[in-house]
Amino acid sequence: MADFIIDDTVDITDVVCPTTFVKAKIALEELDEGQILSVRMNDGEPVQNVPRSIKEEGHQILKLIDNGDGTYDLIVKKVGD
Amino acid sequence: MAVDYATLKKGGFMRQKQKNNFSLRLRVVGGNLTATQLAKIAEVAEKFGDGHVHLTSRQSVEIPFIKLDDIDEVKNALAEGDVQPGVCGPRVRTITACQGQEICPSGCIDTYALAKELDERYFARELPHKFKFGITGCQNNCLKAEENDLGIKGGIKVSWRKDDCMGCGVCEKACRVGAISMADGKIELDKTKCNFCGRCYKACPTEAWDTVHGYIVSFGGLFGNSISKGDTIIPFVEDKKKLMRICDAAIHFFEDNANPGERFKFTIDRVGKEKFENTILEAYNG
Repeated sequence: MADFIIDDTVDITDVVCPTTFVKAKIALEELDEGQILSVRMNDGEPVQNVPRSIKEEGHQILKLIDNGDGTYDLIVKKVGD
Repeated sequence: MAVDYATLKKGGFMRQKQKNNFSLRLRVVGGNLTATQLAKIAEVAEKFGDGHVHLTSRQSVEIPFIKLDDIDEVKNALAEGDVQPGVCGPRVRTITACQGQEICPSGCIDTYALAKELDERYFARELPHKFKFGITGCQNNCLKAEENDLGIKGGIKVSWRKDDCMGCGVCEKACRVGAISMADGKIELDKTKCNFCGRCYKACPTEAWDTVHGYIVSFGGLFGNSISKGDTIIPFVEDKKKLMRICDAAIHFFEDNANPGERFKFTIDRVGKEKFENTILEAYNG
């Protein structure tokens, strides 16, 4: 996997489902097509469900990084306007 | 003239507490009705009932307070809106289904198409006692498959396709039963743990999984006076033809072995689980 340059980050560890996805979605709306967002999320339900929801919105997931502290960074490339 | 309540019940007319009043059960497949059907049902409820309908626990609609003398007129009126009476008593009942993969993002099978097929094949078929089919699209089990005499649950059998995998690790976290582990960019799938939920495939950014959409079948569920969860005694069923063969075998076993008024579970218990399992396995193996 080629390296990527992160354009923006959003932390959704301070909210619970379904706000997790909503917060990530709003952050993606701020970006332009092709830009890359890093979404920090908690283990458990967020990491089980948020990647799939973002995929179903049509965006491209590039990587899930385990931070080793109970959080993950999901790297997403925005697709569409 | 004496009223033949058994025949009326067979035709969906359920006797009410109120003398000469019947609650008419309608034929609904997989919980779907068209707007045209609903409009006709509303019209009949206004004209021949008391203006309300009841939604039953198994996705049917009943129109209460239909008078004995109006029965034929009611049937004709409903037929104009493509609505038919349902059934009650010792026969195959309403085939219930969740919305399935055509509507629901979680669905693994087309539950409505399957419900229609089972309805055409078995609906109202005479048996020693009631027989209920229920179809749920996935492991979320919104339709509670195992509470039916024969329950069908949609599933997805997956196998990893290395070439399309980018090693992101999303599937490992999406799996809720710990069947997936990733080491050195390679996915290990523990088939003994996999419950065919399909979450790995649905979450995968590149859909790097080969999939077979199929069925998990359970037998002998009950949720009335006695409560019992249907048992899954055969492996994942990979094609519909095989599924139909299994359904046929189950119905024939019930028809051939049940005492009148005996639910499927008690027939299986009395005749012997081993004998039943052999019958179903035979159908499974073709």
